[in-house]
Amino acid sequence: MKYLHALALLVALFATAPSLAVEPDEMLANPVLEARARAISKELRCMVCQNESIDESQAPLAHDLRLLVRRRLVAGDSNQQVIDFLVSRYGEFILLKPPLSWNTVALWGAPPALLLVGAIMIVVVERRRKAIQRASGMPQLSAAEQARLAEILNGETTT
Amino acid sequence: MIPELGHYALMLAFGIALIQGTMPIVGTRTNDPLLMSMATPAALAQFAFVAIAFLALAECYVVSDFSVFNVYENSNTTMPLIYRLTSVWGNHEGSMMLWVSILAFFGALVAVFGGNLPAALKANALAVQAWIAAAFELFILATSNPFLRIANAPFEGRDLNPILQDPGLAFHPPMLYLGYVGFSITFSFAIAALLEGRIDAAWARWVRPWVLVAWMCLTLGIAGGSYWSYYELGWGGFWFWDPVENASLMPWLAGTALLHSAVVMEKREALKVWTILLAILTFSLSLMGTFLVRSGVLTSVHAFAIDPARGVFILIILVLFIGGALSLYAWRAPLLKQGGLFAPISREGALVFNNLFLVTACATVLIGTLYPLALAALTGEKISVGPPFFNLTFGPLFIALMIVMPFGPLMGWKRGDLLGAAQRLMVAAVLSALAVAAAFAISHRGPVLAPFGVGVAIFLMAGALTDIIERTMVLRLPLRAALMRAAGLPRSAWGTAFAHFGLGVTLLGIVAVTAWSSERIAEVKPGGSLDIAHYRLTFDGLFSRAGSNYQDVVGRFTVHRGDELVGVMEPSRRSFPDRDMATTEAALMTRGVSQLYISIGDPNKDGSIPVRLYFKPQVLLIWLGAGFMFFGGALSLSDRRLRIGAPRPAKARKQKAKAALQAAE
Repeated sequence: MKYLHALALLVALFATAPSLAVEPDEMLANPVLEARARAISKELRCMVCQNESIDESQAPLAHDLRLLVRRRLVAGDSNQQVIDFLVSRYGEFILLKPPLSWNTVALWGAPPALLLVGAIMIVVVERRRKAIQRASGMPQLSAAEQARLAEILNGETTT
Repeated sequence: MIPELGHYALMLAFGIALIQGTMPIVGTRTNDPLLMSMATPAALAQFAFVAIAFLALAECYVVSDFSVFNVYENSNTTMPLIYRLTSVWGNHEGSMMLWVSILAFFGALVAVFGGNLPAALKANALAVQAWIAAAFELFILATSNPFLRIANAPFEGRDLNPILQDPGLAFHPPMLYLGYVGFSITFSFAIAALLEGRIDAAWARWVRPWVLVAWMCLTLGIAGGSYWSYYELGWGGFWFWDPVENASLMPWLAGTALLHSAVVMEKREALKVWTILLAILTFSLSLMGTFLVRSGVLTSVHAFAIDPARGVFILIILVLFIGGALSLYAWRAPLLKQGGLFAPISREGALVFNNLFLVTACATVLIGTLYPLALAALTGEKISVGPPFFNLTFGPLFIALMIVMPFGPLMGWKRGDLLGAAQRLMVAAVLSALAVAAAFAISHRGPVLAPFGVGVAIFLMAGALTDIIERTMVLRLPLRAALMRAAGLPRSAWGTAFAHFGLGVTLLGIVAVTAWSSERIAEVKPGGSLDIAHYRLTFDGLFSRAGSNYQDVVGRFTVHRGDELVGVMEPSRRSFPDRDMATTEAALMTRGVSQLYISIGDPNKDGSIPVRLYFKPQVLLIWLGAGFMFFGGALSLSDRRLRIGAPRPAKARKQKAKAALQAAE
């Protein structure tokens, strides 16, 4: 079953595919509307493809969705209305940029959280390391040793 | 006969891997030099037998032996020899063979060039290498045997997937695998160090060349894959944040972090425990890359294996190796002694910053790639995580990293001088500000942030040059003395400068192409023309052209700039009758580092054709930058201290440079 699915996908992708993503006959005559359509298309996922937007995809489904987007724009929808309409029809799966919700808090929060945790960890480890080194007293020199060291160093630099 | 020979050789290689994976370790435990020394000949024999198996498979492809199922499925007598050869790894079974072959090759290299390694470290590392080999050889033998025969051999094979019939296939997978598998060596050394419970700066010096080689190959492999998709997919995208691309980017990010932390470890004996962890993580991500691509969890052009049994097998390999390595790490890492201290503002501090950001960026890509899978498994809800997510998260992390990058090399070890570094970067900062202003002045459109992207790129490039200018004193000394100093600089310093400069070049290309590409989508009739960015393309007409195993419908376009004839572009639609598939073959014309890019669709009844035409400004910089990074890696690799394992430059040369300096003063 899975095999069939993948095969269908492959066929959809390459065999019956029209050769181009956005086709000339799909485009709107009004350049402002067309530019908006392109911008919206870049945010929407072609659902039978791997992470491709409908603007890039050659699949027939993407073609249909591009036409749908343009029809809504011509009918006078705002960008947000078009997107809302498509989400109501296909679910959030169609959005390439997942909206912030309970489901995606971990997703959006992860990068800054990781950066913060990483930074804190570095500071903590560094502090502990210094504390251990100080406590073990190994690298610490006594006052006499310090003086002797300074003597040696001075001796070397003057000669 | 030949396929059976290959099959048998692979079985023998598996047997040898089992011996190589156990005896040397027993040797290190019992202090038996004889058992330990078995690792070297075993690794060589391992390579010999795997090579025989690989060559046997290649021979089947060359002579088109269709009694072998794998050859029948993926080759065809009409294909040119080069594609018959590359089809060896253009399928699941063959690509696994390539994987194992490269693994064995690296193992043999360690065996041959590891003469100066401590016996126990070498024995352990080669043994770990053998475990990996054994696992993958068993995987091939049990689930993906490329030598399987068909009872009644057909006369003609099916074709190779047309998308893969491209010179890109000759280059991209082997480079990528050299990178992935190259990190197996660092992994093996890390596990060996944990087994021994001992690690020192010398370890880092042995491991660093391997990290470098793997990193260089992976850099080229990713860049090659990106260029391939750029010209093959017909609309000029170079990066998609596709899960398969992410799978190769993650080891690169972790590997880059590893490269830098290994420097700290080598020079200052600090960050040991962290370096070991990074070595484990980098190879784990390489393994996961293989899993993501091969298991069919993600379906794309890259996913050859759709058989769930294989997915489960790879998952087991993954769990055993990653889980095992991390458990060993948790158990043994506390035994490792920590090294030198350093102030937060120092070269080490800068490299820690680098590691923090690279690892966070890597984790971001990992989470973005796996989150939809995890969410679907846990709640059943399907979401998409696409390019906008990565641009918003990965982008800022990398920009921050790149702004700080030029400071690193200018900072001293142990305790650095931030103010001094900032002063020395003044010129770079001014140049960068000028670039931002110029970009604003020239560009009439595109995102507002783009000029700032240009600024970061220029800062990075100028910053990399600043380090070299400072160290050679080229502006303060007579040229001869400066050249002398330049020759005296360690090659790794040049390597750093080149690699950092290269990243700036790549960024410049990405920014320019993303912000200032022009696009024309239209239908043209013969005789009609299209204008784009100073160029005029005239459509002369269609003609057809026969290839060895395909048929092209070619559109001919003459390109003019003003009145000057620049050249001819011939994009085509290529159909492959054997597979009933078609591909778009775009035509590219390079002008400086920019490109004209054109692809066509199926002709309409009235003789017109749909055309996608692009002008991609500075697009070649993206891959040129990767070339700089590769070259930087190569320079660093040829550094004296890595070649002979001695960290000091020759005394004589130092004195000469000193004399030159005094003469100049």
